[in-house]
Amino acid sequence: MATTTPTRTETYVGRRLRRREDPRLITGTATYVDDVKMPGMLYAAIVRSPHAAARIKTVRTEAAAKAPGVHAVFTGADVEGVGPVPCAAALPGLRVPKHTILATNRVYYVGHPVAVVVASDRYLAADAADLIEVDYDPLPAVADPEKALEPGAPPVHPEWPDNIAFTQHTEGGDCKKAFAEAEKSGVIVKQRIVSQRLVPMAMETRGVVAEWRLGDKHLTIYSSTQIPHLMRTQVALMLGIPENHLRVIAPEVGGGFGSKLNVYAEEALMGFIAMRVNKPIKWIESRRENFQTTIHGRGHVDYAELAATKDGRITGMKLKLIQDLGAYHQLLGPLIPTLSVLMMPGLYNFHNIEADVIGVFTNAAPTDAYRGAGRPEATHVIERMVDILAATLKMDPAEIRLKNFPPKDAFPFATATGLQYDSGDYAAPLNRALEILDYSKTREEQRAARRQGRYYGIGISTYGEICAFGPSPATPAGGWESATVKIEPTAKVTIMTGASPHGQGQETSFAQLAADKLGVTPDDVVVIHGDTSVVQYGIGTFGSRATAVGGAAVYQALEDLRAKCIRFAAPLLGVQPEDVRFEGGVFSSPKSSKTVTIGEVALEAHILRHPQPGLEPGLVATRFFEPSNFAFPFGAHIAVVEIDKETGEIQILRYIAVDDCGNVINPLLVDGQVHGGVAQGLGQALLEEAIYDENGQLITGELMNYAIPKAHHVPEIESDRTVTPSPVNPMGVKGVGEAGTIGCSPALVNAVVDALSPLGVLHVDMPMTPQRIWRLISERSQA
Amino acid sequence: MQKRIRVTVNGSTVEANVEPRLLLVHFLREVAGLTGTHVGCETSVCGACTVLLEGRAVKSCTIFAVQTDGRKVETVEGLATNGNLHPVQEAFWNEHGLQCGYCTPGMIMTSCQLLSDHPNPSREEIRHGLEGNLCRCTGYMHIVNAVQAAAKKLSARA
Repeated sequence: MATTTPTRTETYVGRRLRRREDPRLITGTATYVDDVKMPGMLYAAIVRSPHAAARIKTVRTEAAAKAPGVHAVFTGADVEGVGPVPCAAALPGLRVPKHTILATNRVYYVGHPVAVVVASDRYLAADAADLIEVDYDPLPAVADPEKALEPGAPPVHPEWPDNIAFTQHTEGGDCKKAFAEAEKSGVIVKQRIVSQRLVPMAMETRGVVAEWRLGDKHLTIYSSTQIPHLMRTQVALMLGIPENHLRVIAPEVGGGFGSKLNVYAEEALMGFIAMRVNKPIKWIESRRENFQTTIHGRGHVDYAELAATKDGRITGMKLKLIQDLGAYHQLLGPLIPTLSVLMMPGLYNFHNIEADVIGVFTNAAPTDAYRGAGRPEATHVIERMVDILAATLKMDPAEIRLKNFPPKDAFPFATATGLQYDSGDYAAPLNRALEILDYSKTREEQRAARRQGRYYGIGISTYGEICAFGPSPATPAGGWESATVKIEPTAKVTIMTGASPHGQGQETSFAQLAADKLGVTPDDVVVIHGDTSVVQYGIGTFGSRATAVGGAAVYQALEDLRAKCIRFAAPLLGVQPEDVRFEGGVFSSPKSSKTVTIGEVALEAHILRHPQPGLEPGLVATRFFEPSNFAFPFGAHIAVVEIDKETGEIQILRYIAVDDCGNVINPLLVDGQVHGGVAQGLGQALLEEAIYDENGQLITGELMNYAIPKAHHVPEIESDRTVTPSPVNPMGVKGVGEAGTIGCSPALVNAVVDALSPLGVLHVDMPMTPQRIWRLISERSQA
Repeated sequence: MQKRIRVTVNGSTVEANVEPRLLLVHFLREVAGLTGTHVGCETSVCGACTVLLEGRAVKSCTIFAVQTDGRKVETVEGLATNGNLHPVQEAFWNEHGLQCGYCTPGMIMTSCQLLSDHPNPSREEIRHGLEGNLCRCTGYMHIVNAVQAAAKKLSARA
C-alpha cells in the first residue's frame, strides 16, 4: 500500500518557520468568542456600580423587564445559589471576602456587577440596562493602599477595618548581622519604589457564550480564557453541575497576558442564565468594563534597603512590600507579591534577606497576574537599588553587577529565598549587550553631551526570572502539563495539548518538535487545544510555561511513540527492536537490507499484519510532565536615552536586549515574545497608570485616558541571545514570554536617572511621563 | 425606526433594513456575516475595526451603517483574490507580524492604505502611519518589517 506521508531528512527545531496559526488570522476567518453564533442566541448587558463603595438599598427591574426584546432580568438575590468567585491562593491567615457573582447588599468597587439584562439583541439589552434603577447609599471609599492602612481609613470590608488581607514575613540568612556590619563599615542605601497599577489591556476584551442542552443537562461555555480546564472545574462547582457535564471551549483568544488566567463572575453568570432561559446567551465585555473589572496588574509600593561593603559587594536586602489587592481576590492575586519576594535578590550572590508583605484591601478592581506577575516588580526594585548603590559608591553600573553575579559553575544556585536557579551565566548577556552598545564609546558620547548641558543617559538592567510554573507542590492547582499525541493510519499527527495558547504559536513550535521526532513535516501535524471535551485535563498557558512544561509533555509523548513505532517496524525489517534505527522518518537496521517509512509503520500499527505479544495496536501516547523545578531565564537590557529639557520627553536612542531562554525551538516566535514583552515594560515605564481618585473613581477608564504604547513609542529593538540550556526539561528550554517585560522597565528608569544624575536625581518613579520629568527638572534646576 | 440600505461589501451587494444607530462594524459582523473586522474599544482609539470606505481607512466603530448606503466597503475578507493572499497579508505571515491576531485585520487594512499613499515608507513613516492601530502582543517590530516587505513586493509588481 502506498504511503501517504512523504518522509524528510531536514530538521525543523531551531528554524524561523512562519506560523500555522496565521492563515486564519490574516484572512479574518478565525473564531473569537464574539464570532460564535447560535440560533436563538440572546445577549446580556450587565449593570455595574458607579460608586466605589455603597450600600444597595433597592434594585428596581420592572421597567427593564418590560422593555422591547427583553427575556429576563436577574439581580443578586436571583443568583444566591451560585458559588462565589474562587481564590486559589492558600496563604496562611488570608482573609477572603465572599465574592458573589452579583452584588447583593453592598458594592465594593466601581464596576461591581449588580444586575444583568437578557435581550434579543445587544442594542436592546443596552437600552434595557439603562432602565434598571439602583438606589445606592454611597459610603466613604479608599483606593490608595497606603491610605487604606492609615488608622481611621474607611474599611473596605466592614469585618476587617484595618484593611489588611494578609501579612507574610520571610527571612533568609542573617540580615541583622549584614546590616549591622554595613552600618559600621559598609554602606546602606534605601529607596521607596512604586510599581504602579496597570491595565493589562488585551486587544480582545473578555467574552462568554453559554449554551444549555436541557435534554442531557449539558452546559457548554465558550470563554476568552487562558485556563479552560481549571475554569471548567471551578465553574462546575459554582453552578453545582457535574464537571463532566460542562464543556469549556477557549476559541481564538485575542491576548491574555495573565488577565485571562482567571475564573470570572461572568463565566458562571452566563452559565446560570443559559440554564434558566434555555437559550444560548452571549456577553461581550465593553472596553470600559474591561478597564473596570478585568484584573489589574502590579500595584506595589516597595520600601527597599540594600546593604553592601564599601567596594560594592552586596551583603543583604530588606524589603517592605505593600500590595494593593483591590476589593476582592480573583484567582491568584494574593500570591503575586509572594513571587516578588522569591525573586528579590535578582541575579546577585548574597544570602541575607528579610521581607514583609502586607496585602491591602482597597475599593478598586482586584489585582492579579499580569505579564511577569510579581517578577517585574521584584526586578525593578533590585535593579534600581543596585544602580542607587553604584551611584552612591561612584561605581560603574556594569562593573558592580559583574562583581556580584555568582560564578558560572555555581549552578544550580541556591538563593536566600529558597529557590534553586537551574542554570545561568549572567555575565554573558551583559557583556554581549555592552559589546553591541560599544559601551566605552557611548560613555564618551555621554560625556560630550553633558559638556553641552544635555541630559543623556545609559541604563542597564540585568534580570533573572522564575517561570515555567512549576513543581506542583509549589502551585495552587498543579504545575504539570499534559499532551496526547496520535499518529493516524496515514501517518498524520495530531497533538492535543493542555496548554492554551493565545498568540504564542505552539501550533507551530509543537509541530516542529513532532516533525523532527517522527520524520514528518510540520504540515502533517495538527495541534489542538482549548476544548475540554477533546483535550485531556491540562493546566493552561501563563507564567511562560507552554513550551517549557507543555512542550516537555509533547516531547515525552513523542519519545513514547518513537519507541512504539520501532517495535512495529522490527518485524517489517525482520530484526529485533533493539537493532532498529529511526532517522528522518525512515526505519533501517544494520542487520537488514530493507527500509520502511513512518507511513508504512503507521499503517501497520493499525492493520496489524504482525501482531506481537505485549504490543497493543494503535499509536497514541499521553504524558503528564511534572517539572522538578521552575526555569530561570535571564538577560541584560540596555537603554540609551536623551531627555528634552523643554518638554520632559524621553527619546530612546538605542534599546538593546540580550536574553537567554535556553534552547530555542523557533527563533521568530522568541523574538516576537521579547519585542512584545519590551513594549509592555516600556508602557509601564513611560506611559501607563491605572489611576483611581480619592473617591475610588477610575479616572483612567477608557483608552482615551490610558496610554498604551503605539508603534512610534517603541524603539527599534536590537536583540540577541545567549543560550544556556535548562536541565529541568528534556528540550533545555526556559520560557521567554514574560522576560522582555521584566528586563525592560529597570533599563529605562536607570537610563533616565543616569541622564538626570547631574541634577542630583537618584530615583524616578514610573510612569516617567513628560510632565513628571519636566517637573523634576524644573524643581532640581531651581534648587 | 428602520432604514433600507444597500452597501457594496467586498464587491457584493448587501441589502438590509437597519436602525440608524447600527454601527458599521456591527453591520459588517452581523448583517453581512463578516466577522474578520473586530471591536476593541468604544472610543475610536484601538483601530481593530479599521476597514476601507471608498478606498480610505476608517474606523467602522465610529461610522453608522446608514452612512455607507450606496457606497463601497472593503474588509480583510476581501483582500485575497482567487485564493491568493494579498501581498500585505503574505508579508504579515512571513514576518510574524501578528501573535493573537485580534488587531491584525485592522492593522492590515491600515497598512494597505498606508502603502497606497506612501509606496516606499521609511520605518519611521510606517510607525507614524500606524498610530491609529494598537497592538499589545508584537511590540510592533515585526509589523514594521511586514509593511516594509509588502512595500517591496508591491513596488516589484508595479
